[in-house]
Amino acid sequence: MTDKLDRGRLEISVDECKGCGLCIVACPVQVIEFSKTVINKQGYHPAQYKGSGCTGCGTCFYACPEPGAVTVYRLAKQAQ
Amino acid sequence: MYEKYLEKSASFYPEYPRKSGNQSVTHYCPGCGHGIAHKYIAEALDDLKLTERTVLISPVGCSVFAYYYFDVGNLQAAHGRAPAVATGIKRINPHSIVISYQGDGDLAAIGGDEIIHAANRGERLTVFFVNNAIYGMTGGQMAPTTLVGQQTTTSPRGRNIHNEGYPIRMCELISALEAPVYVERVSLHSPGARAKARKAIRKALENQVQGKGFSFVEILAQCPTGWKVSAPDSLKWIEEKMLPYYPVQVFRDKSAEAEGWAPPDVAYSDADVLQLIELPLEDEAAPAARPKVPEQYRNPRIKIAGFGGQGVLLLGVAMAQLGMMEGYNVSWLPSYGPEMRGGTAHCHVNISDTPIGSPLVSASTVCVAFNKPSLEKFEKEMARGGLLIYNTSMIDIQPTRKDVEWLPIPASEIASQMGNIRFANMVVLGAFIQKTGLINMETAIKGLPAFIKAKKLIAENVKALENGAAFVRGELKI
Repeated sequence: MTDKLDRGRLEISVDECKGCGLCIVACPVQVIEFSKTVINKQGYHPAQYKGSGCTGCGTCFYACPEPGAVTVYRLAKQAQ
Repeated sequence: MYEKYLEKSASFYPEYPRKSGNQSVTHYCPGCGHGIAHKYIAEALDDLKLTERTVLISPVGCSVFAYYYFDVGNLQAAHGRAPAVATGIKRINPHSIVISYQGDGDLAAIGGDEIIHAANRGERLTVFFVNNAIYGMTGGQMAPTTLVGQQTTTSPRGRNIHNEGYPIRMCELISALEAPVYVERVSLHSPGARAKARKAIRKALENQVQGKGFSFVEILAQCPTGWKVSAPDSLKWIEEKMLPYYPVQVFRDKSAEAEGWAPPDVAYSDADVLQLIELPLEDEAAPAARPKVPEQYRNPRIKIAGFGGQGVLLLGVAMAQLGMMEGYNVSWLPSYGPEMRGGTAHCHVNISDTPIGSPLVSASTVCVAFNKPSLEKFEKEMARGGLLIYNTSMIDIQPTRKDVEWLPIPASEIASQMGNIRFANMVVLGAFIQKTGLINMETAIKGLPAFIKAKKLIAENVKALENGAAFVRGELKI
């Protein structure tokens, strides 16, 4: 199973995130966490993708109040 | 091999250059419901391809700066008046998609009357009502929607029904009216609820596209800052405290049976309009002989400032009125709020050969300062090469701007010698007329009764005009 690609991928803009955590509680597969080390320009610990397990469902995107903080990718059809 | 599935909506500006500070993020607090509502609206505008024809009315409240973010036509209305402004825009421009975006303080308190009547008239608008049960922008005061027992800065012991009454349910109120086509309350507290919110927002916009009628979506949104809870806890707060009082449901949906209305596809030419209102065509209306004006004084953007009571606003009215009589386009915009608090009264005047885009004067080409604070404040913002007229009777300093033309005039003293210091504004008007040649002195004398209401003072005001002009010609010494 390990070589199978995740169905989705997630990008969180470090400097646009305000660290509210709404994406973290929204994520059904719990693949988002707060960074413990990074402090962004605004002074928050931003949310970050744990790196694997994203299904590309987009729930985090619709939970996030910041227009450009979250970008969700889905595995292209031909790659599946 | 991954494709973008969800990204920042194209209906948002890529950056927010109107905003101060960090221009890549909104001004909203972490976890705020407004950002989420904004995203759903922007997404719907993208998907329905409405961005280019949408006008969004920003309210007063936390979302006052919605115009920083939405790349649509934007207008910001006075507190609570968004539905009235939206009505005006929609009626004049029926092809536009007009959105009134309002919070609960704006819509349910000061604007309660506006929204009820817009709804009752069945205006073909889309209203998004963001209800977070509190005044956010001003620091968490009690709103009409604040829940019973809810503690705010102005209800520290909790909202008490015997003192403050019950929270207002706007959807229920509006759905009691006959005209509204679609009324739904949604919430942002869970993924499922948010999916419904997105759907409702989209539907309310589609209704307007089809000309169905008044559509109203109330969005229960979190205010973690005002409620003093964490963002994740604020979602629970909606669920546990708001939902029992504000049920999430469709209150009215006549979208399917409501008759669609499309605005007539007619375009009027300028001549058509003039004919309709029975005015002579422009050429005939043009004045016979307008005075020749030196290049630097043409199309002045004028700012006039002084203490309240110095005739600042009246001087502006006079300039605009006389300009109109000479056949110019004119505008007059007063600003007389702050003098009550010790500031200066000022007004903006445009006199122009061409149509005036905005009545606001930012870089003035003529600045009239009646007192010292006005000179200090407004000479700074003058355009290079402008004309600075200042009242030396009350200003004991020199202007600092070397790149503008100075016209010092002891207006208050000239007026005092005539017996009434209040003629100072007409002295300045006379000086302005003499200096710029923008207005004929005969026109000014003939036009005085239009703005000097006390008929017995007309003669003296004429004298004041003439004295001002004589001073500029060097014929009057003080």
